Amino acid sequence: MNQVHPFQTPEYHHMLRQLQELDFVCLELNLYLDTHPGDTQAINQFNHFAYERMKFANQFQEKYGPLLNYGHSFSGVPFTWVETPWPWQV
Amino acid sequence: MWVYEKKLQYPVRVSKCDPHMAKLLLEQYGGADGELAAALRYLNQRYTIPDKVIGLLTDIGTEEFAHLEMIATMIYKLTKDATVEQLQDAGLDAHYVSHDKALFYSNAAGVPWTAAYIQAKGDPIADLYEDIAAEEKARATYQWLIDMTDDVDLQDSLKFLREREIVHSLRFQEAVEILKEDRNTKKIF
Repeated sequence: MNQVHPFQTPEYHHMLRQLQELDFVCLELNLYLDTHPGDTQAINQFNHFAYERMKFANQFQEKYGPLLNYGHSFSGVPFTWVETPWPWQV
Repeated sequence: MWVYEKKLQYPVRVSKCDPHMAKLLLEQYGGADGELAAALRYLNQRYTIPDKVIGLLTDIGTEEFAHLEMIATMIYKLTKDATVEQLQDAGLDAHYVSHDKALFYSNAAGVPWTAAYIQAKGDPIADLYEDIAAEEKARATYQWLIDMTDDVDLQDSLKFLREREIVHSLRFQEAVEILKEDRNTKKIF
């Protein structure tokens, strides 16, 4: 086997990192809004980053397979969800 | 309902096989102030907490499972290439004879996780103060874990987790203020 697995490339790690960064912004805004539900500016930021996250996650999944189970992500053939690597194997 | 996302919240890299550090990290896996205890504490308290803070307990409780997965990944990576002799030298011989290299919910001293570590008092202020204390204790543990390793990759992930404890503590403190404000408003009527 001399083919490089797509998950071993710098491109994969770069995209994964970008996704983790977008998710971090969304999570932080979410927790902030849990205790500041009236902050309109933060809600606008939240909705903006939720949209950016959705766009980026779609690009990521087209390249590297489904992120979510139970029908929240589309599958390739054969069923790509069960393919390695799992997060702790990356 | 929960949906699993096939990625870590933050990258976990280790630069060497270090079963002794893995043993110490068990404190945050199945210890009293660890991530399992945190997730189960918040997600159980939320059913009887006032409506205004259910969202916060749900979201922080869910994030704790992402942290649990990061700790598991650290322990897995630090032990996967270890020989039996290395596990023995690291003090994981008792773990090995019962679990091989499987992860198990125990603390750094090998004591299994117990529900006695967590509380649900039904009194929202008491529950939230416990949650604040849990976050502060976890923050302290992360600092001491950082002090125990010279692996800069591992330190990076542990520092991320330490910072999350600070944010969670702050949010819980705000939740206490929200409930106090609510209580004072109700007294007027």
